[in-house]
Amino acid sequence: MAKRMELKNLNIFYGDFKAVENVSMVIEPRSVTAFIGPSGCGKSTVLRSLDRMLELTSGARVEGQVLLDEQDIYAPRVDPVRVRQQIGMVFQQPNPFPTMSIRDNVLAGIQLNSRRMPKARKDEIVERSLKGANLWNEVKDRLNAPGNGLSGGQQQRLCIARAIAIQPEVLLMDEPCSALDPVSTLAVEDLIHELKENYTVVIVTHNMQQASRVSDKTGFFNIKGTGTPGRLIEFDATEKIFTNPSEQDTERYITGQFG
Amino acid sequence: MSDDIRSIETVDESLMADHGNVGDAAFRGISTGSGGIIMVILAAVAVFLIAQAAPAITTGDPRYGNLWGYVAPYLFGTIWISFLALLIAVPVSVGIALYISHYAPKKLATPVAFVVDLLAAVPSIVFGLWGITTLAPMLVPAHQWLTEYLGFIPLFSGTASGTGRTMLTASLVLAIMVLPIITSLTREVFLRTPKLQEEASLALGATKWEMIRQVVLPFGRSGIVAASMLGLGRALGETMAVAMVLSGGRMISPRLLTSENPNTIAANIALGFAEADSGGVHRLIATGLVLFAITIVVNMAGRLITGGPRKESR
Repeated sequence: MAKRMELKNLNIFYGDFKAVENVSMVIEPRSVTAFIGPSGCGKSTVLRSLDRMLELTSGARVEGQVLLDEQDIYAPRVDPVRVRQQIGMVFQQPNPFPTMSIRDNVLAGIQLNSRRMPKARKDEIVERSLKGANLWNEVKDRLNAPGNGLSGGQQQRLCIARAIAIQPEVLLMDEPCSALDPVSTLAVEDLIHELKENYTVVIVTHNMQQASRVSDKTGFFNIKGTGTPGRLIEFDATEKIFTNPSEQDTERYITGQFG
Repeated sequence: MSDDIRSIETVDESLMADHGNVGDAAFRGISTGSGGIIMVILAAVAVFLIAQAAPAITTGDPRYGNLWGYVAPYLFGTIWISFLALLIAVPVSVGIALYISHYAPKKLATPVAFVVDLLAAVPSIVFGLWGITTLAPMLVPAHQWLTEYLGFIPLFSGTASGTGRTMLTASLVLAIMVLPIITSLTREVFLRTPKLQEEASLALGATKWEMIRQVVLPFGRSGIVAASMLGLGRALGETMAVAMVLSGGRMISPRLLTSENPNTIAANIALGFAEADSGGVHRLIATGLVLFAITIVVNMAGRLITGGPRKESR
């Protein structure tokens, strides 16, 4: 588990519009990497390109390379379905499957890959994943209750449990706390700290405090103006970005002068 | 006692009730009236059916016995042909709907959806003509093949009809007629599948078909049932196409390929009404009452089935 990712000269287009220009960075395994920046700067676009979810948007196209360890996930014969089995994603809005129980939600990814599995093994996976998502103690007595009966924060942790049940190499999180209240946010942030022991975590956030609390490295994205492509302005250790950034734009953004 | 406090002089004119409310009152009257008319019409139809059917219910015709003995074969025919039509139409409709909502490129989805909707605009008499002149003769060889090689299955047993005007042909025509309504309703439901749910499934490494099974079909299940019920309602009451295509009689037989088929209630009324004596008319109306009752039960069942899960998801 936990592989390294490397982005090489990544350009992303929506139709003719160039949304992201020339992004290169290395995402270290077993660490948390945060993407910050103002709205429309391309940080979510870059995140979605990392597990090939981006191409579900019609017209979206990626140039350049995204390496998962040594393998380019955009190489011609790579199946995006296989890529997504190795790189999990947690979305902005909690999205457990409403027709499934808590248990079935956790097993949703397992069910896709291996049809037949003894019940004991499934129970083990459910318990391990829910413990991994800090949700086990809250739901262990009602695993067969519907997943959308939980609170928003619990639902988001259920989604994280669902994502880690298939033991991905990398876990991508697209503003996972923006729909949550402060208490739930704290619970998810605590969880992110624990997740990096086993996974490579990449998180997009609007919340700079959150980036400084949870991440080891931070990338700051920005655009020059509407209609211009987003660029990676600065990528460095989180501590350095928030105390002594090299770029003036970064400093202006983190001190709240724009964005 | 408080009348003097509320006397008209103390009310500010701009707050008075009749301030430019004529249009409002008129519109409320029209809406309420329209709503009321529906109830009156439904009640009138029910009263007509019961009053006209009453003589046939109380007295039996010596040729047919009591009413139940008379209506039973037609009732069987009606339900059997509708069931067959749904058996064919529902899977095909769901397939077309999924193609339009999830597989077809945008340029194709709209025209295909339009063509399916257009199918609903074809009058049933045209379907009847097509069935009797084109489809039935075309299917004769298939009838022969099925009876010859699969005749050991009771449904396909017996002598193949030489005209093709059988249960199989008629239910096929009926299936094509209910297909548009089921397709367009299920398509709408599939299109309303939350994008977020679909992405959740794909992000777990589901293929498109796995995503559809995991998310789209469970989400659309109550919609599929509701659409099928509406299709069933249409199939039960369909008259002209069946009357023209099916060479039916008064019998109970599940065989699909022979020239001896049970007729449906609606087709029997259409075919028999012109030549019926006054006793016969009452009897036909009584069968109409039975059909009316079944259709109401089907609609209510549809509502019960779809009502439950829908409330939950809201």
